[in-house]
Amino acid sequence: MSGSTSGETSEHGAVLDIEGVSVWRGGRQILDEIGFALEPGEFTGLIGSNGAGKTTILRVVMGLLAPTQGRVLVEGKPLTRRHRSVGYVPQKLLIDPDAPVRARDLVGLGLDGHRVGWRMPSRERQRRTEEMLEAVDASRFADARVGELSGGEQQRVLIAHALVGRPRLLLADEPLANLDIRSGQEIVDLLARIAAEQQIAVLLSAHDMNPLLPVMDRVVYVAGGRVAAGTTDEVVRTEVLSRLYGHPVNVLHVDGRVLVVSGSHVTVDAGAVMDTGAGMDTGMDTGAGMDVGVDASVAAAERR
Amino acid sequence: MEALWHALFAPGFFTSQPVRQAVLVGGVVPIVAGAVGVFTVLRGQSFAGHSLSALGTLGGSGAFLLGITPLWGILTCGFAVAGVMELAGTQRRRGRDVATGLVLSTALGVSALLLYLVTMSGSTTGVTVTLLFGSLFALSGITVPAMTLLALVCLAVLALLYRPLLLSSVSPELAAARGVRVRWLGLAFLLLLALAAALCSVAVGTILSTALLIGPAATALRLTRRPARAMVLAGLVGVVSTWIGVVLAYDSYLWPPAGKGWPVSFFVVAVILLCYLLAGFAPAARRGSGRAGPTGRAGEQPSSGPREPLTPARLR
Repeated sequence: MSGSTSGETSEHGAVLDIEGVSVWRGGRQILDEIGFALEPGEFTGLIGSNGAGKTTILRVVMGLLAPTQGRVLVEGKPLTRRHRSVGYVPQKLLIDPDAPVRARDLVGLGLDGHRVGWRMPSRERQRRTEEMLEAVDASRFADARVGELSGGEQQRVLIAHALVGRPRLLLADEPLANLDIRSGQEIVDLLARIAAEQQIAVLLSAHDMNPLLPVMDRVVYVAGGRVAAGTTDEVVRTEVLSRLYGHPVNVLHVDGRVLVVSGSHVTVDAGAVMDTGAGMDTGMDTGAGMDVGVDASVAAAERR
Repeated sequence: MEALWHALFAPGFFTSQPVRQAVLVGGVVPIVAGAVGVFTVLRGQSFAGHSLSALGTLGGSGAFLLGITPLWGILTCGFAVAGVMELAGTQRRRGRDVATGLVLSTALGVSALLLYLVTMSGSTTGVTVTLLFGSLFALSGITVPAMTLLALVCLAVLALLYRPLLLSSVSPELAAARGVRVRWLGLAFLLLLALAAALCSVAVGTILSTALLIGPAATALRLTRRPARAMVLAGLVGVVSTWIGVVLAYDSYLWPPAGKGWPVSFFVVAVILLCYLLAGFAPAARRGSGRAGPTGRAGEQPSSGPREPLTPARLR
């Protein structure tokens, strides 16, 4: 997908460095000695099905969850709770439409929302808020209440909120989960542009990697609490993912899309491929499952 | 002109000591109620506010039986309940609802007993009504300065915590990501809410306290989109409503049945409701305002599931 050189990651300049991190909760191991690094300016997809451990990884990187073992370095320094160089974009806001908070208020809180004390809003604060709203193309609805915005508009405001404090690392938790395809693509393009222009490392979690394929520099594939990291060409391969899952899976390329299907049943018989639709790992909802089933059978037909 | 003036402010209004106290308290308590109220609505804790007020009955009647000023009883009870709520809040949601309902009804049951004992204790038949429905004209010695001081403390703390509180009210997740201690902040707010509810309870009674806490805030949300402005507006609506209520209540001594004034709290709550209804006509209340250019964009509509096709069954 991209020409980024990787495989070995340089210790210097890595924005995020995760080394041998394990997390146990309630007697259950959620992360099993994971490790990867993120470089500035790179757009990385954190891919895996629900329950694979994506959210846990994000919580560890945010400093909200202490790993049972291993270490997390942000810009070469051990993670602390108040790490200003990590920005976070949640999936969605649960807020009433009549809540008296405008989009620009929320972006402004990205600068000083953690600060106790009273201070008159400064001209500098206003300027940076304005600048950030402009950067994410949200100026049009800057004065609307955040609760009234559509999913895509809210994502833009949340991205501005996360970026206005000039973090080096931006985490986005399933931003595409609540968006229609077009808004989702706009958000992905926006984040990719921001990563390149501002030399920020972007880590975006998703259960389907396909919308990210055109812009993704690297992928961190999560399954069963373990990860495989590298470029998509290095990671999204039948033998790598089979080893990660611990059972055979097949990686199929269909019309520029990548499908990961449970491998044991894949034969040239279209009916059998339909069966594998249940075991695939790219889309969680039934709609996507149907979709993959059909695509997979097309692939099987082409192979024949 | 003079006739109108006298019709508006009945003779003796400006020289009466109870009126002066009522105007002072009515100028301070609603300011606190407005600011705390906007946060309460924003955080979806209106029910917690109502529970804290209702439980004030227990503290107030208990304090009266012990011979203490009701304010202290209401306040102590409120803080204790706020602490219990926070502890219960860490557990599952369903358990919390059950616990709140159970504690609330038990406490009100005990209040019924205490109020009965208060009534039985003799000379003080008006206490029950005063406690439940308040009386701005019947505030005793220490209560007025104490309330003013507590109100100022509440406002000062609220101003200090303003930004983290606003962020965590919009999204606890975002606040936590910025390193805000969301749980401690939640507890701090609950204590401020208990304080505001106690002040409102003394002013307009434990039952009507919610009206003063939530009413002006709800009105302000219809008038502005800005958080700080909403708090100031809510405060102003509360103060004006209370003052109008005080004037009308004083005038009502001359209304039938003559010789007995109507309850102040009735007027205050009535004016608050009127403000809320009038605010519905304000342009800022309309949805979608605050956007430049044509509202909405093609492809930006929130996609909430597939649209249902118009089947014959639906057309029928």
